[in-house]
Amino acid sequence: MTEALRPVFAPWNDPDEKPLIQFKNVTKRFGDFTAIDDLTIDIFEREFFALLGPSGCGKTTLMRMLAGFETPTEGTILLSGQDIAPIQPNKRAVNMMFQSYALFPHLSVWENIAFGLKREGMKGDALNSRVDEMLRLTRLERFAKRKPHQISGGQRQRVALARSLAKAPKLLLLDEPLGALDKKLRQDTQFELMDIQEKTGTTFVIVTHDQEEAMTVASRIAVMDEGRMIQVDTPARIYEAPNTVYVADFIGDVNIIEGRATPSGEHVQIAWGEGVSDITGTTDTSFEKGDKVHFAIRPEKVSVNVEKPDDTPNAFQGKVLDIAYLGNLSTYHVEMPNGQIIKAQSANTRRLSRRAITWDDTVWISFTATAGVLLKG
Amino acid sequence: MRRFALIAIPYFWLLALFLVPFAIVFKISLSDIALSIPPYLPQLDLAKGWEGFTKFLGALDFENFEFLMMDDLYYKAYLSSLKIAAVSTFFTLLIGYPIAYAMTRASEEWRPTLLMLVILPFWTSFLIRVYAWIGILGQEGFLNQTLMFLGLTSEPLIILNTPIAVYIGIVYTYLPFMILPIYSALEKLDDSLLEAAEDLGCSRIKAFWLVTFPLSRGGIIAGCFLVFIPTLGEFVIPSLLGGSNTLMIGKVLWDEFFSNRDWPLASAVAVILLLILIIPIILFQRNEQKQRESEG
Amino acid sequence: MRRLTWFNTTSLTLGFAFLYLPMVILVIYSFNSSKLVTVWAGFSTKWYGELMRNEAFLDAAWVTIKVAVLSSTFATVLGTLAAYVLVRAGRFWGRTLFSGMIYAPLVMPEVITGLSLLLLFIGIGLDRGVMTIVLAHTTFSMCYVSVVVSSRLATFDMSLEEAALDLGSTPFEAFRLVTLPIIAPAVISGWLLAFTLSLDDLVIASFTSGPSATTLPIKIFSAVRLGVSPEINALSTIMIAIVTIGVISASLISKRAAVRQRLEEQQAVRS
Repeated sequence: MTEALRPVFAPWNDPDEKPLIQFKNVTKRFGDFTAIDDLTIDIFEREFFALLGPSGCGKTTLMRMLAGFETPTEGTILLSGQDIAPIQPNKRAVNMMFQSYALFPHLSVWENIAFGLKREGMKGDALNSRVDEMLRLTRLERFAKRKPHQISGGQRQRVALARSLAKAPKLLLLDEPLGALDKKLRQDTQFELMDIQEKTGTTFVIVTHDQEEAMTVASRIAVMDEGRMIQVDTPARIYEAPNTVYVADFIGDVNIIEGRATPSGEHVQIAWGEGVSDITGTTDTSFEKGDKVHFAIRPEKVSVNVEKPDDTPNAFQGKVLDIAYLGNLSTYHVEMPNGQIIKAQSANTRRLSRRAITWDDTVWISFTATAGVLLKG
Repeated sequence: MRRFALIAIPYFWLLALFLVPFAIVFKISLSDIALSIPPYLPQLDLAKGWEGFTKFLGALDFENFEFLMMDDLYYKAYLSSLKIAAVSTFFTLLIGYPIAYAMTRASEEWRPTLLMLVILPFWTSFLIRVYAWIGILGQEGFLNQTLMFLGLTSEPLIILNTPIAVYIGIVYTYLPFMILPIYSALEKLDDSLLEAAEDLGCSRIKAFWLVTFPLSRGGIIAGCFLVFIPTLGEFVIPSLLGGSNTLMIGKVLWDEFFSNRDWPLASAVAVILLLILIIPIILFQRNEQKQRESEG
Repeated sequence: MRRLTWFNTTSLTLGFAFLYLPMVILVIYSFNSSKLVTVWAGFSTKWYGELMRNEAFLDAAWVTIKVAVLSSTFATVLGTLAAYVLVRAGRFWGRTLFSGMIYAPLVMPEVITGLSLLLLFIGIGLDRGVMTIVLAHTTFSMCYVSVVVSSRLATFDMSLEEAALDLGSTPFEAFRLVTLPIIAPAVISGWLLAFTLSLDDLVIASFTSGPSATTLPIKIFSAVRLGVSPEINALSTIMIAIVTIGVISASLISKRAAVRQRLEEQQAVRS
């Protein structure tokens, strides 16, 4: 990972940094339905901020409030320190890339991109050179004269991007921008987006339900549910240090084990069922004896062996119920004596015929004391 | 604020030129005929203030309506109009439905042409199309000439200036209004519904009656209202094709107004016609709304 | 490729024959040299000549066209506004009444609308003439335009307007530069519909016209009350010909545009 090689971009940790966007106790209600519930968050310049969550969690409403198509029922939204709620969408330094692209079908690619620039009065050489610049940025020079229905889906997506960046907005909103693309194109475009974001220095806020996408592009992810932000953190911390079962479960694959905690020195012992010894875990939070906890551990942190390993405090015996073979990885579903199924994932470092473990085998799963996260019950 | 202006312009236009006139018709239906123009009394003289207003109200009466109730001509005309409208609607449906259905069974490339063929008469002058039937149904008209030429009849059939001519005229003129909504409803039907029905054991005809026909109901209702409601007050067709034997309320209204110059009576005729039509009009609108909601 | 059953083929043939036969007969009779219209006496175009020399008809035609152009243009503007209100304005006080007023004229018998409008004009002291007919036609035509345009607006992608706003246009600019060009076909067909309705209207024009303004339908009606007339046949043929040419051209144009669009889309996918 390149994170250690370059200076860490983390304006949210810097007390001197002024945020570009501030939501202060924002609530949005549609009749009886509360779409956004008392939300407070700061978003900083040059961030690639992802709003991640299932349908109905409020992420699109949040974005539309930034664009100006919805106004908050309560609370204030500040852009560069200014309250933007009374400002009409056409007067904000915010631009949006729509999920359906919303390209004007009766205008050519060139005219689509020029549209926003013409509205602010740009013309002649200045206009031409700016539009050409955008065409170059998105590699669309050959298609300038074509109409939207004459180009492919991937090209239309680039036109939408070029059009929304043409006015060099302070903030660019992207509403599920890659949803309509096929997987290969989506991955390529993700990196392109990150490149463009860095090159132009624009702040991006992206709405997505695809967690892989969020993890790839974002500097910070906000995991949302029912109008609230459950956790806002870098992708690494969201993945390795989720703050709730919801977040742990939402991103990637995870084993969630319910049990009762007993603090013991530096560690916490977790009793999780009949016939299994306690799990030994570590945590930054404090637990009382008898507290209900959820122990979350990612499958790739769980090793599976035929022999019992003796160098780790957490080793449990079980039976292989199922093996999901994914080519590069195998996920073993191992049944424990108390009935719970633990998923253990390992890379397939050996070719087919040499696999040691197969269905119905008795195996030992193991993990270190620091491999999992303890979450309050 | 801008939104208010946007709504206000068409709203006030319609209020002023659609709704207010109805109020005036109602007021005049309560007035008496007079010799000068406007040929009715009383006049509302606002200069006389409240006294003028109450005097005005006092002079209004339901005389015209009483007259309508008592005189044979009028209630017979209403009944006759209802009968003719209902029967014509039925026959228009009978003829229009198979045409609309056949259009949907045609191949994709034919459909635009067929649609165009249905729409063309709709764009042609209504007056001319009705007029054409005068030349066909008359005693020396095309129909009689052909029938006699073919030896099917020895004497000319008397069709013009009878109710039969009116029926033919109405069905002919309103056919596109019945075909288009039914076609539109049938076109939206999913073929796989019929295939499912046949797969489950229905014969073709049964599949039609149990699946297709009920699902086209919205279109049928729309078509029927589009024919029935205007036909009730139809004037041109009974006037040109029906002669003095055919009694329709639209003609009666026209005659009261232009020939007898009895505007208050004509207004009363209009008011009653309107009352008869309110329920069908509301039902028509409800159906339209339901159609639009189910599409959206 | 669907095949038609014999029942369906018969329905179509008989149906269209029924619709078109009277007009065909009319056209044929217009070339009848005999004054007794239904007795064929040989081919002749003399009635067309008579028609062209008939001043009264020509004047009436001119008035009719003037009224039709004016009223359909006003009706298109008002009807498009009304359609916008119907589709976009959401809930507002008096909405049911408004939509009632839009849909009722579609089915209202013309004698009622005609009578009520005349009484209005007299009540406010407006002299009857071309202007009153235009007002009357505008009123009922706008409802037809509104139905056509609102059904197009209902399927219009709102995000296009939002994109325009987002890029800096005022709401009116968004309508002018984005919405209007895209719904233009519906607006144009609304105009054409209003034009035809006005051109063809007899009843309402009879009520609301004045001594100076006789329209063609009024003239035709007074002529045909007395029976068939060869000049009317000639006039009818001309009108049928104009409509036919118009409808067929419109149909061909739209078909060609649709084919071209489809080809371009296929090209885009391939490239």
